[in-house]
Amino acid sequence: MVTRRSTTVYLWELAWILPSFAIPVGMLAALAVAAFGAGINVTGDQGRIDPRRVAEHPLFKEPGVVEIAPGQYEVRMTARIWSFTPNEIRVPAGSTVHFWATSQDLVHGLLIPRHNINVMLLPGQISHAQARFDTPGEYPIICHEYCGIAHHTMAGKIIVEPRR
Amino acid sequence: MTPADRRLAVANLIVALVALFGGVTTGLFQALGYAGVEIYSSLAPVIRSHYHSLSIHGVLNALVWTTFFISGFLPFVMSRSLGTALASPTLGWVTFWLMVAGLVLAAVPLVGNAATVMFTFYPPLKAHWAFYIGLTLVVVGTWLVTLNLVLTWRAWRARHPGVRTPLPAFMSLVTFAMWTIASLGLAVEMLLVVIPWSLDLVAGTDALLARTLFWFTGHPIVYFWLLPAYLSWYTLVPRQAGGKLFSDPMARTSFILFLILSTPIGIHHQYTDPGIHQGWKLLHALLTFAVFFPSLLTFFNVVASLETAGRARGGTGWVAWFRKLPWADPSVAAQVLAMVLFAFGGIGGLINASFNVNMIVHNTAYIVGHLHLTVGTAVTLTFMGITYWLIPHLAGRPLWSHRLALGQVWLWFAGMMIFSPALHELGLRGMPRRTMIGQVSYMQPEWQTLLPLVGIGGTLLFVSAVLYFANVLLTAVVSRRVPQPAVEFAEAISGADQAPVFLDRWRPWLALAAVLIAIAYGPTLVRLAATTSFASPGFRVW
Repeated sequence: MVTRRSTTVYLWELAWILPSFAIPVGMLAALAVAAFGAGINVTGDQGRIDPRRVAEHPLFKEPGVVEIAPGQYEVRMTARIWSFTPNEIRVPAGSTVHFWATSQDLVHGLLIPRHNINVMLLPGQISHAQARFDTPGEYPIICHEYCGIAHHTMAGKIIVEPRR
Repeated sequence: MTPADRRLAVANLIVALVALFGGVTTGLFQALGYAGVEIYSSLAPVIRSHYHSLSIHGVLNALVWTTFFISGFLPFVMSRSLGTALASPTLGWVTFWLMVAGLVLAAVPLVGNAATVMFTFYPPLKAHWAFYIGLTLVVVGTWLVTLNLVLTWRAWRARHPGVRTPLPAFMSLVTFAMWTIASLGLAVEMLLVVIPWSLDLVAGTDALLARTLFWFTGHPIVYFWLLPAYLSWYTLVPRQAGGKLFSDPMARTSFILFLILSTPIGIHHQYTDPGIHQGWKLLHALLTFAVFFPSLLTFFNVVASLETAGRARGGTGWVAWFRKLPWADPSVAAQVLAMVLFAFGGIGGLINASFNVNMIVHNTAYIVGHLHLTVGTAVTLTFMGITYWLIPHLAGRPLWSHRLALGQVWLWFAGMMIFSPALHELGLRGMPRRTMIGQVSYMQPEWQTLLPLVGIGGTLLFVSAVLYFANVLLTAVVSRRVPQPAVEFAEAISGADQAPVFLDRWRPWLALAAVLIAIAYGPTLVRLAATTSFASPGFRVW
């Protein structure tokens, strides 16, 4: 027998279940728009690399910064305890910088605050991230995964120069 | 509830509380370090570095305190809920001593600075083998808890055919069933990848395979911590507050959804990892958002239950009933305040889970702020609230001081209100986590104004924890023996009889969970295992 009281409870349950379903669906839709519409995407599968032979890989033979097209730079970076190579990068303002990076030993991280550069560097994997640097200034490049006793000293910087 | 079951619960709680004491003490060192108060030099040779302290802090608080508390509390709930003793007290004790042996084995290298690898122990950081084997034994111990609960339930079922499993017993079973499935990832990581390598039986390891197996367990483990808190919020707090559980079927539904959806979402911890295709990351994002559904059901059901209590106590209006809750009861106050902060933890969790928004917060101090709202408050403060009735009941002595307990609870709340927002904001400003910030070469001016707040908040949390331990200790030692009743389970307005029978079935849900895990993890794990050459040697660099 359904009493009036349990009908009320039932209606309240329903009244909550429907938005509880709709809210996550709406949020997912917003994420999809950002990922596919605005192209804000995360790193994917760039293939394996032997962490003991990083220097033999074509991408990491000569770590450094390369201009690949006007306003487009590629940074080829290796990480090891407790340094990035290169650890100082100079690009003109308005550049889009593509980072290709890997680790030669432990799990490290690559973080440039406020620039959508946030990626893990794992031995055996190649990481990719890209961002546009519009405002001149000096920004830290930070290792953000614990990698031993001097982890807090592992950093570099990216210097964005005013456009000439 | 036999005296044997009671002693088993007490034994587990003692280990849990000792671990928490070590955890909050090292936590104080971390917090002071953030604020620029350098203490490590005066702690040598016991604590050798920030990272040594942080590893102890994480293992003791996140792994030991939670696991032992839950392994003591849920069997207690189970036997009371079914009105029967545990199937095998002997198995219970074997389990307890196995877990203690594992804990000691892991603790020796941890305390000796031979396992300064954080509680996530990502290879190729290489700790002493005893650390890994010890932690594995603790996990195996939790499987034996599951076995004991299942045996207890089956014996009860044989005597009560056709009766709906009481909600608290049902929730206990779901919690341990979910955990047993989820911990398989960690077990495989330990047995096939980490332990042979730590014993030098194989030359190398694979960082990504290890991380993926770790997070297979590493996300659901937060639900293993959280579901016992939910159990208390659903089945005990409404009664303590003077009301009723709003809806039993809705509670069962949300727990079944947690059982199914807790595990196939771990890759949301690896959005920024290379080597995993974006498609799998997006699938895990989708499933993570699906878990938000049972979370919202829980939010509604628990708040509606509190509302019945507030109104039964004379509260009126849209929100004024909230003030009428029995705020003088420290057990209720602790748990309601834990719920309040958990609302913010849940919202932050959505940000972490969001495929690309995660790039802003991944591995920053934001995550530390988040973890301290969830594990550090929703779970820990709730467990503290539970001990305020459970320990007097188990010890047969009234709580030494209600006023001290109330002060402790509010102090935790206040400390967290300073500590956690500061860390969230520091993370948004790009400050990394797990880093000795006082010594970094890249200190940003915009961090410096917030760092003292971390120290102040952390100190308040530590003082609160000390008051908690003092009260528990004085209760056990000083209070006069007067038997204390246990808190009774709450009745439901919409009761178990309203729930369809399929909510009391196990096989279809377990099968569905297995299928979802196979889809979400199968291809990625098979590909990672098939392509790795286990090329990474180990490093001990601390």
